[in-house]
Amino acid sequence: MSQVDFIAPDSAEKASRALLAAGARPLSGGTDLLVQLRAGRLPPGMIVDLKRIPGAVGIRQEVGGFVIGAATPGMTLSEHRALGLAWPGVVEAANLIGSTQIQGRASMAGNLCNASPAADSVPALVAARATCLIVGTSGRRMTPVESIAVGPGRTSLAPGEFVLEIHLPARPARSGDAYLRFIPRTEMDIAVVGVAVNLTLDDTGVVLDAHVALGAVAPTVLLVPDAAAALIGSKLDDAALDRLDAAARAACHPISDKRGTIEFRTKIAGVLARRAAVIAHGRAEKRS
Amino acid sequence: MSKRQHISAVVNGDPVEFLSAPGTTLLDALRDELGLTGSKEGCGSGDCGACSVILDGRLVCSCLVLAVEAEGRRVETIEGLADGGTLHPLQQKFLEHAALQCGFCTPGILVAAKALLDANPDPTESEARYWLAGNLCRCTGYDKIIRAVMDAAAELRQVRV
Ligand SMILES: Cc1cc2nc3c(=O)[nH]c(=O)nc-3n(C[C@H](O)[C@H](O)[C@H](O)COP(=O)(O)OP(=O)(O)OC[C@H]3O[C@@H](n4cnc5c(N)ncnc54)[C@H](O)[C@@H]3O)c2cc1C
Ligand code: FES
Ligand code: FES
Repeated sequence: MSQVDFIAPDSAEKASRALLAAGARPLSGGTDLLVQLRAGRLPPGMIVDLKRIPGAVGIRQEVGGFVIGAATPGMTLSEHRALGLAWPGVVEAANLIGSTQIQGRASMAGNLCNASPAADSVPALVAARATCLIVGTSGRRMTPVESIAVGPGRTSLAPGEFVLEIHLPARPARSGDAYLRFIPRTEMDIAVVGVAVNLTLDDTGVVLDAHVALGAVAPTVLLVPDAAAALIGSKLDDAALDRLDAAARAACHPISDKRGTIEFRTKIAGVLARRAAVIAHGRAEKRS
Repeated sequence: MSKRQHISAVVNGDPVEFLSAPGTTLLDALRDELGLTGSKEGCGSGDCGACSVILDGRLVCSCLVLAVEAEGRRVETIEGLADGGTLHPLQQKFLEHAALQCGFCTPGILVAAKALLDANPDPTESEARYWLAGNLCRCTGYDKIIRAVMDAAAELRQVRV
């Protein structure tokens, strides 16, 4: 393993100052960082463990929404009943990450800041219109989740900046979300395509508001307004689902690799978008 | 070389102190500093589960935890599973069902199965299979492992009532 130093600061400000050093990196669950470190893929530097910062681990409800500490592991998300009722798609996406052991450590902020285009929780967070609280040496700012990753493995965070919290907004009645991914087996694999759909319905089942996000079909997770527009005003009839399918496919610009070809990924994005929309719609109808 | 840091933790109920370089994994510290060699390194990348331990009540891969992260935390390893000379029902059932061959995966699977039964005393077979999906075994084909876990769960439920 590369030569590293380690600190576990007890305040966000101390963490931010420590992160100014060259090669310094935040540590949440370590399920990406320590794999990279052990593989010798990281230059030597300071590891800044975020988990002792107040608020970095845990979930609180605030003005109708949820505030999730950056280093909160997946298992803690799945144990939170109210979160699962309000945001079943976000929780199911986060819970797809790795095994039980990985769920004991892996966080959504780590998933986000690792900046893999195939990160499972990110499409669900983007479709949920989640925002991040960023701490830096010059203060704090809120930013949409989709502004963090700028390319595979690269983020927009400045030196000294890290994500302290992920905020999920207040939820209108009759809202529901869902995340589906395609992998060739049932567990422990990287998404070939991932699709998240988040819907709000009126009393008659007509879609009032929609957000659709795609993973693993571009260098970063995509928010696809055309796919959302295909659903708004409909009751998810076949014509609306056909429009959604076409809009999702049109937004894809994937690569071909051993996991899937361009043609396959594009086709599957449409199929999963339809299925995720139907699931989200069913969940929204149940949440009065 | 980075300076070794002094770590105090509780391992299998006992307070322990050791020195660790910042880049050392919890797995290496358990094995090399504390002599607890039950936890194994199969892959070192979170894929096989042979290094499974319970950290503050959460099942984790100790190969993906830094030893310095364990400061002030509780760690449970395979060495803490038996009650002195008495095997835990999971261990007993693994023997009865012949749920191991080379045994390399066994400590990790027992720790993971213990975490399962702590969280869910009455799992379905499918829940047990999903829970243990991060524990690879190259010998048994898993069937006997699952039978042993289900049988141990049934026995533990008997003991509880
Ligand atoms: C066996 C295995 C299976 C996996 N399966 C999946 C899967 O199915 N789907 C999937 O999407 N991923 C998977 N992963 C990858 C990984 O588990 C996830 O990306 C996880 O969410 C990372 O979270 P973490 O808390 O462990 O991040 P860490 O490893 O702690 O950090 C990841 C990166 O983000 C940075 N970082 C961490 N926290 C912050 C923060 N708060 N602010 C700024 N930067 C930060 C770190 O410096 C590092 O670069 C798997 C990994 C393993 C080992
Ligand atoms: S050695 Fe830790 S998961 Fe394989
Ligand atoms: S018994 Fe040999 S790997 Fe499981």
